[in-house]
Amino acid sequence: MTVDVLMPALSPTMEQGKLAKWLKNEGDAVKAGDVIAEIETDKATMEVEAVDEGVLARILVPGGTENVAVNTPIAVIAEEGEEVADTADHAPIARVGEEDKAETQAEAAAPAAPGQTAPQDQPGDANKAQAKAAVDAAAPAPKATSVAAQPTATVAPEVPEGTAMISMTMREALRDAMAEEMRRDPSVFVIGEEVAEYQGAYKVTQGLLQEFGAKRVVDTPITEYGFAGVGVGAAFAGLRPIVEFMTFNFSMQAIDHIVNSAAKTLYMSGGQINCPIVFRGPNGAAARVAAQHSQDYSAWYSQVPGLIVISPSNASDAKGLLKAAIRNDNPVVFLENEILYGKTSEVPALEDFVLPIGKARIARPGKDVTLVSFSIGMTYALQAAEQLAKEGIDVEVIDLRTLRPMDIATIIESVKKTGRCVAIEEGWPQCGVSAEIAMRVQQEAFDYLDAPVLRVTGKDTPMPYAANLEKLALPSVAEVVAAAKAVRYRS
Amino acid sequence: MVEESGGVTKGAPTVPPFTRDQELTAFRDMLLIRRFEEKAGQLYGMGVIGGFCHLYIGQEAVVVGVKMAARDGDQFTTSYRDHGHMLASGMEPRRVMAELAGKRGGYSKGKGGSMHMFSRDANFYGGHGIVGAPAPIGAGVAFANAYRGDGRVSLTFFGEGASNQGQVYEAFNMAALWKLPVVFIVENNRYAMGTEISRASAQIDLSKRGAAFAIPGKQIDGMDVRIVKATADEAIAWCRAGNGPYLIEAQTYRYRGHSMSDPAKYRSKEEVQKMREEHDPIEQVRIRLIADGVSEEELKKIDANARKIVAEAADFAMSDKEPDPAELWTDVLA
Repeated sequence: MTVDVLMPALSPTMEQGKLAKWLKNEGDAVKAGDVIAEIETDKATMEVEAVDEGVLARILVPGGTENVAVNTPIAVIAEEGEEVADTADHAPIARVGEEDKAETQAEAAAPAAPGQTAPQDQPGDANKAQAKAAVDAAAPAPKATSVAAQPTATVAPEVPEGTAMISMTMREALRDAMAEEMRRDPSVFVIGEEVAEYQGAYKVTQGLLQEFGAKRVVDTPITEYGFAGVGVGAAFAGLRPIVEFMTFNFSMQAIDHIVNSAAKTLYMSGGQINCPIVFRGPNGAAARVAAQHSQDYSAWYSQVPGLIVISPSNASDAKGLLKAAIRNDNPVVFLENEILYGKTSEVPALEDFVLPIGKARIARPGKDVTLVSFSIGMTYALQAAEQLAKEGIDVEVIDLRTLRPMDIATIIESVKKTGRCVAIEEGWPQCGVSAEIAMRVQQEAFDYLDAPVLRVTGKDTPMPYAANLEKLALPSVAEVVAAAKAVRYRS
Repeated sequence: MVEESGGVTKGAPTVPPFTRDQELTAFRDMLLIRRFEEKAGQLYGMGVIGGFCHLYIGQEAVVVGVKMAARDGDQFTTSYRDHGHMLASGMEPRRVMAELAGKRGGYSKGKGGSMHMFSRDANFYGGHGIVGAPAPIGAGVAFANAYRGDGRVSLTFFGEGASNQGQVYEAFNMAALWKLPVVFIVENNRYAMGTEISRASAQIDLSKRGAAFAIPGKQIDGMDVRIVKATADEAIAWCRAGNGPYLIEAQTYRYRGHSMSDPAKYRSKEEVQKMREEHDPIEQVRIRLIADGVSEEELKKIDANARKIVAEAADFAMSDKEPDPAELWTDVLA
């Protein structure tokens, strides 16, 4: 009886990784718990352990291979003296040796990208089917899986024509933004859980400790309320803290200082005490982390006067806007997205690329329907636009980029042209960002509307854990397509 | 408790003497706060001051003693019972009073009120309406001091009620971990609104509240300005030398209600009377000054001057204009 060792997932959102090296050779005897290989993602390095006793009969993926999809068989373990066929189709048993962090679900289940319309309720072995779907989805040309629909769409209008572009992940873009601002201004520092020694829970602060030292890259205890307040006090006294929340779910512990102390003090002091601070971290649903780790705070924070709220959808905007946020004299809530961290897009190769806060971006021009979204919502919007284009519907897609102050003018201008509007967000519907957009559009462009404004949102439930339910809870491309057709009175 | 131990508590074995000048400074500064607060109470009754108004009467020795130990540049941060701290920080009484009245000449242009006032010039960082919030904010101010290495110390005040808030301990932990130059001063006036300390705190010796973080703590008679000053000297020197935070529990007493709308049914009139008569922080200094040969007349002159400053402040507050309606929309963003 042989068993396959599969490429393990290191985190809920990992789709692929590098098989860094093998620590055992073909023919070596192994026993359960032996470390046989090391794998890497841009976030972490992990050990792969054998889960059974036997002989490492075959190494299927050589050390140093990049972009190995999760669940790909990487080796075969056989019983002593057993013959191993060249093609292995055995039960998947590989495990991750060590937990990356509390959130890690080491299961080899499919970290299917939201919006991916995989078939549900399949008969037979659901796990196997899902695992296969994941392999299929992630295996071919891995680079192309990163929001392929928008090579031109990510270029900010602010970037001069002819600017050289560099491909990078949003994670790298965010890190570069922080590093550049820290070089520029000694009063900028980063503070949060695991930002320094660990290199960031999501590796967004990778390398900052090495360059800037422990004074400016400060690991905190698990104490969100406290370190948010410490950040605010330091900002009152003139420093420029970047406060990282491991996820914005944990910012609820700290929301008192974000709202009561950071947002209100300039007003309450008659303009004397400003609070130049950035609260940043991943926001919204990741994958399979369920209700307490999957909430979108866009609407919460964008309600508060005194805050600026930014939520970029791609690496370029992330970089230009985070640099702007750090330089801004106000408290900025900077909502990132874990699923987008690993996505690659083009970032202008400019020495100092800073984008204006409060300006939306037309990600795709069109004349028939206006789709408005932000952050990961843009993934649905742009994919829907592609699909609708094939059906002859010319969609304009607006990426808000900044939620507060909201660039209503750009939306209104578009709606005056198209007469139809759909707003898309992963957050909950009631009092959501899309609710605000719908209200403002009916107020300011009522006479131009040919249909009621529709919206596609996260469902009005806590986030479920089960893969099929999670998919249902999130918006989908199909829902966006249906809404776009509905505002055109087509089906 | 202060009254049970006859005004002298542990942690202050000997009372360090003041020079006559120091006694006079303490007398003048405490009296200004007392007269200011009496006037604020009156104006509240007249409807000039609205909302919540928390008077500091009875607790004057705490902030004045700490101020006497502080150096220029050291910062003050406190909660909503903040008028005394502002005056001690050197903020102008008329602009504080105008803010209480919601007038345009106030420190916050009338937009903050009694509980939310600040002065960057006076290194006064609020004025915070959320119970417990001063602890991490004051620690953050200290973080900036340590970051810059400028030798300043953050003087952070909150009440014994706030000392049961979780964020206070989060701040203690980080302050100790990073050796931040912050003195935490718990003003234990025994009543968190209407809840007497023993009904709210499992450990009523609040100087021990930093022990889990190895923060040195001292419980002192906060009605004796000399003891407060001497303890603050020690604490500030400890912080300035880079040893990290220090915790002072100053046992004190507020004569008035929690806020102006407090009927104070939770304590007896006799208890309040006894504190006023036997432990009043200003009266203690007055008696010593007289014993030292200072004339009643000179002290009356100081009092008259305080009354004059306060009367002018009240006049200014009442005659000043309300904020321009356009101010509604200013100072939302920098």
